Amino acid sequence: MWLIDSSIGRKVVMSVTGAALILFLTFHMAMNCVALISGDAYNAICEFLGANWYALVGTVGLAVLVLIHFVYAFWLTLLNRKARGRERYAVNKRYDTVEWASQNMFVLGIIVVLGLCLHLFNFWYKMQLQEILGTTAVINGQSISPTDGAFLIRYTFSQWYYVLAYVVWLAALWFHLSHGFWSMFHSVGWSGSKWLGRWQVIGNIYVTLLVLGFLSVVLFYFFKSIF
Amino acid sequence: MEKTISFKLKIWRQRGPKEKGQFKVYEMKDISTDASFLEMLDILNEQLINAGEEPVVFDHDCREGICGMCSLYINGYPHGPATGATTCQLYMRRFKDGETITVEPWRSAGFPIIRDLMVDRTAYDKIMQAGGYVSINTGGVPDANSIPISKEKADLAMDAASCIGCGACENLCPSRPISAITVNGISIHHNA
Repeated sequence: MWLIDSSIGRKVVMSVTGAALILFLTFHMAMNCVALISGDAYNAICEFLGANWYALVGTVGLAVLVLIHFVYAFWLTLLNRKARGRERYAVNKRYDTVEWASQNMFVLGIIVVLGLCLHLFNFWYKMQLQEILGTTAVINGQSISPTDGAFLIRYTFSQWYYVLAYVVWLAALWFHLSHGFWSMFHSVGWSGSKWLGRWQVIGNIYVTLLVLGFLSVVLFYFFKSIF
Repeated sequence: MEKTISFKLKIWRQRGPKEKGQFKVYEMKDISTDASFLEMLDILNEQLINAGEEPVVFDHDCREGICGMCSLYINGYPHGPATGATTCQLYMRRFKDGETITVEPWRSAGFPIIRDLMVDRTAYDKIMQAGGYVSINTGGVPDANSIPISKEKADLAMDAASCIGCGACENLCPSRPISAITVNGISIHHNA
């Protein structure tokens, strides 16, 4: 099948799964920003999603998307390395026209996945998983309701090392998406001499707003815990 | 007065396709800045032969920038730091006195190394031999010279036609060996 056999097909898979993940991030960011206004409103969203069937279907769908994106990333990186032959260049000049992020998508992706693991531990494990298992997480000897997202945000981002880890994670995400955004349109052919530049500008604005949305919640709760 | 420079050459040496290669460093003294890069390599080879060593193998032919035979990846640039020029049109005035110049062969699975800096580029010939073409019934075709072509399209056609099949583009994107689109230009060249 061309989605597996051809190099263009493999890039199309990367771009379509990537696009779906960017859409997910957009929804996630919008929901997070509710926590800036009111913790109760944020908890209402947590309750609405929780371990209801539609949230579970969404979670499984997302897991599949991440897995495909991840497997294809490994595969493409491996093929690229193989195409270079036995030896690699000892000296490599970076061209001004080639983005730094585009050459480091794999490394950035690994940082994003590591951050994701931390994030799943901090939130998903204490929320949806507990609800599925019918148990509750215990923090400082206190049992936490699986839908009390506001508490978990307050708790997590009152610890400076988590704040630092999340800032690094979001920075890696910004670089990864600053290339991924326009590149996904390029891979499916919705780009050209005019639209390439436009997608790059749109992508930079979109991704910056996206990451700032996430970052604002982290920093808001961190500073709130200090002052 | 003629200016001369001295520098270190770090060159990839590999005895055969299956052998393991490595960099070797050679000291070059008082080389004229008017020498071309290939002439400088000739001087090195003369020194090596006089010293009873194996000369460095590298590709070259016309030495006037049109045949596409010379290659070399110099200091991280295919064909060296000069833009729009092949290695034979690169002159030593581009380099500084005392600098270390790293010279590598093309590195692509599609171009296996034959020896030292020489790679096998027959993969490009295979594309030409494949001779892909499409037949389209165009009806009554007007004379080509009477069809006005926009500057933009003419430039694109020129880009394809100006490909000399040297294989430098493979350095940037060998994600699939021999996939560079402008390679088609070389077959146009040969058939013209």
